[in-house]
Amino acid sequence: MHGRPRKSSKPEDPAAEAAKAQLIRDLQSQLLANHHNKIYTKEALDLSAELLSKNPEFYTAWNYRKLAVQHALDSDPDSADSVLAVELQLAQRALVKTNAKAYGAWHHRRWVLSKGHSSLDEELRLLDELQKRDERNFHAWNHRRFVVALMNRSDEDELEHTKNMIEKTISNYSAWHNRSVILSNLMKKKVQEFSQKDQVLAREYEFVREALFTDEEDQSGWFYHLWLLDQTVKSESPLLVSSWPGHGAEVILLRGSYSLDGSFASPFNIYKSDSGMLPLILYFNQAVKGVSSTTVTVSLGPNVNKDVVWKPLSAANSHVARVWVAQLSFADVELQSLEACSVEVTIGESSGIFSSSGCHYSHPSRLAFSVNVKASRTESGGSDLEHISWGNENFHLWKPHNLDLNFVPIDQLSIKDAHEQAPSTWQAEIIAEEIKHFRDLLDCKIGKLTVARLLTAHDALISSGTSVHSEEILRLYGNLMKVDPTHSLYYKDEHSLALLNQLTSRRESLLNHCFQYVDSASSNDNNLICLRLNNLSLSRLGSLEKLLWVEMLDLSNNELQSIEGLEALQLLSHLSLSKNKLGSFTALAPLRQLKAVKVLDISYNEIGAHSIDTTRYLCSSPLSHSIESDWDCKEIATDGVNVANYWEAFFVLKPLKNLTQLDVVGNAIADENFRLFLAKVLPSLKWLDGGS
Amino acid sequence: MQMGELAADEHVKYILSVEKRKDSLESVVSEHLRMNGVYWGLTTLDILGKLDAVDSNEVIQWIMKCQHESGGFAGNIGHDPHILYTLSAVQTLALFDKLDVLDADAVSNCIFLFVICFYAPNSHASLETLSLSFFKSDIAGLQNEDGSFSGDMWGEVDTRFSYIGISCLALLHRLHKINVEKAVDYIVSCKNVDGGFGCTPGGESHAGQIFCCVGALAITGSLHHVDKDLLGWWLCERQVKSGGLNGRPEKLPDVCYSWWVLSSLIMIDRVHWINKEKLIKFILSCQDTENGGISDRPDDAVDVFHTYFGVAGLSLLEYGGLKAIDPAYALPVDVVNRVFLGKK
Repeated sequence: MHGRPRKSSKPEDPAAEAAKAQLIRDLQSQLLANHHNKIYTKEALDLSAELLSKNPEFYTAWNYRKLAVQHALDSDPDSADSVLAVELQLAQRALVKTNAKAYGAWHHRRWVLSKGHSSLDEELRLLDELQKRDERNFHAWNHRRFVVALMNRSDEDELEHTKNMIEKTISNYSAWHNRSVILSNLMKKKVQEFSQKDQVLAREYEFVREALFTDEEDQSGWFYHLWLLDQTVKSESPLLVSSWPGHGAEVILLRGSYSLDGSFASPFNIYKSDSGMLPLILYFNQAVKGVSSTTVTVSLGPNVNKDVVWKPLSAANSHVARVWVAQLSFADVELQSLEACSVEVTIGESSGIFSSSGCHYSHPSRLAFSVNVKASRTESGGSDLEHISWGNENFHLWKPHNLDLNFVPIDQLSIKDAHEQAPSTWQAEIIAEEIKHFRDLLDCKIGKLTVARLLTAHDALISSGTSVHSEEILRLYGNLMKVDPTHSLYYKDEHSLALLNQLTSRRESLLNHCFQYVDSASSNDNNLICLRLNNLSLSRLGSLEKLLWVEMLDLSNNELQSIEGLEALQLLSHLSLSKNKLGSFTALAPLRQLKAVKVLDISYNEIGAHSIDTTRYLCSSPLSHSIESDWDCKEIATDGVNVANYWEAFFVLKPLKNLTQLDVVGNAIADENFRLFLAKVLPSLKWLDGGS
Repeated sequence: MQMGELAADEHVKYILSVEKRKDSLESVVSEHLRMNGVYWGLTTLDILGKLDAVDSNEVIQWIMKCQHESGGFAGNIGHDPHILYTLSAVQTLALFDKLDVLDADAVSNCIFLFVICFYAPNSHASLETLSLSFFKSDIAGLQNEDGSFSGDMWGEVDTRFSYIGISCLALLHRLHKINVEKAVDYIVSCKNVDGGFGCTPGGESHAGQIFCCVGALAITGSLHHVDKDLLGWWLCERQVKSGGLNGRPEKLPDVCYSWWVLSSLIMIDRVHWINKEKLIKFILSCQDTENGGISDRPDDAVDVFHTYFGVAGLSLLEYGGLKAIDPAYALPVDVVNRVFLGKK
């Protein structure tokens, strides 16, 4: 009962209403009787027409009419024109007189028109009439697209129609939407005056700006403007953004208990692996498919390695991901070999890598780095296992011995020159122009938000990694949190992204967060560099493409509800997420892909405290039909531990085969039963909440 | 009952009373969707912890009387089968843990038929003959088609039906019988530049349609097709000053969007972008605290549809004393876990 006042629910004239109810009930039951007995007499048809004009939602009556039409056409094929004309009238009457949103009536009309016997001339007139009454009726807009396609009306004419509608009422979001559909189509087809993207966009920016400046509260133009910005900056074809190892890196791969005098080698390029496997990570600017040993060639020395297996890092088991990883084997490299092994990677020379929208990877890139394997003949055997304590006293700001690029290779991780794509000037110009205009609108929410977005886009375009406007962007989001408190956490998330971008875009600022882990209670010099991003009130993670080198990460004392994207940090072995706002184990699903994690602190979060799990469907599970095998809780239910109660924890933690230290204290879920369960499913665990 | 609290007892009474007012004009003109009404009413009762107030055998018997020989369900006895009511029937049986009374293959086959009907919407063949030819061909024969779903044998196509077909088959453990990838591709083809989804390719984004598409993608593990930040911003801007949510830009708020918008925001993990307290207040202000029931806006006439969406919305907002509801299957979490995790 949309929009009917509560008071009138007691009918003014109960007798009249009862009579009306009785009449409709009789019509309905007679119609069903006729339908079941396949009676298509004139009288029966008239009855169905009367019913549909009174209650066009009665779908079985529309079905009955269709059967009656078929019946009539079967007995007299020449009657098609007149029979179908009656149906069009019936549908029209229902829409115009009774309910312009009756699905059944609209579908009946399309069903008749699809038969190709009727003139389409009436359709646009009818639509004009209905759209005059309700310009947002989405049934009418859908019907319009259907009719326009049948009539072969040109996109240009339809684009003009949206312009007229918008000029009549700027807050006609339906018309803005249809404009985006038609314009996308015209730009894709590169029809004459739509072939120059920069000119089309400049025209549209001006058009939508007028709407936005007319009424800044009206949302209709907001989304259109954001779409234009996206069209301006987005590269159609996917690009490689960063990798680990980076181009030019000199990696030292440590096997077994080999210990290295840390002062000579860059800790950023040391990787410990008993098995001699080195991960190679590729990070693209958008999700891609088709990364394989055919599209990416990896040469170790002179030999092309054809056996490299590429794995997409995606939450579900899809074959599309922004981050791909392969394990390169150096197990056969001769021990103590003095010579470093050179590795060359070429990406996209043979085609096959595509974006999810089907755009071809068209900027072949090349990476080269060296790997020096240092190994002892004895396996480490777990002797280096020690309890990690995240206390402040164990972290000392790391002072590099020199600031040489090879020693602190943070900048090398991003790929800038590989495809030599100079920032197109028209894009930067168009955005600069928009920034100028929108600075006049800074006294309202959408003005601030738009300027923040434009500045972010501008920084990403022209300053190749450094964020010139970051202070202003942070200020704008901080201000938006205050002026629009309803959506404050949206702005907070954006603020976190901007902050992380600022922090990671300069070497000096990133180094301020790099600490050396030195356990005062231990003599072992483990050479661990920890990136400490704690206490920053981060609600969201970002800029992870610049952090692929991180092995130890402290994110404690933030406001994270999710760790989306963290799966990219394939080297991660030590992670603290203590004192955040993580609400469930499914929120930790990215950990499933981080098989190297040994030490995990998720203490003092909100796991188990919520009845609604907001990441339930972002995690592979039987609910989303995205796990490899059928879920069988009996298989793992042992000794009275009810695994089904903890299936989320099971899914997330079970793949962490190297986990030796876990802290879960301070979560609602962490009772004695849960601890028992953890001990069962995590045999590698040595310390649970500090105790062994 | 104070304003500002959920009038739970009154809502239970209201739902039980709707049954008894079969003669009102309102129930006569909605006779054709009674199956939906049964699902809305009973799910509300379950969320309120009062499902045992109805006689489950009576309900199940009635549901089974609505089943057509093709396997699909009608909105009421004697009406035509439609995918809309087939889902409500399956959901209600799941609520009572009685999915085993169904011949799951018969129901799923009817849904496959609705997939076929899209390709032969003008066919003169009756449902029976189509069904016959379907059984002669094998399911693999369906796999080449483009993956959309029709509502019934008459070929109306809409992403609502994609959701319904996928949810229904999943609840019946028959999802593997269709080409899920094609079904997902069709939904993705309905994605708009604002991040939302429409009825058919090119159709305007609408919160109800977004729920259907995001829900279908969630059930099929395909949420990576959603631009979560873009759609999340569009969805969170549905919250208007009163705290209520609208379904499209520049429209009035309506309690039913507490479900469509909220469940979508939850599935993509962006629900923190709206103000939950203000929305709770708005939903509570739409209650009829005297006679029970919830309406679309304050002081409008109540109905079962809005009562369900209001209560389900409060459940999604973790309002106290309510059973949790699953955002994708629109059934209580314990029911969904029972179906998919074998959890008792």
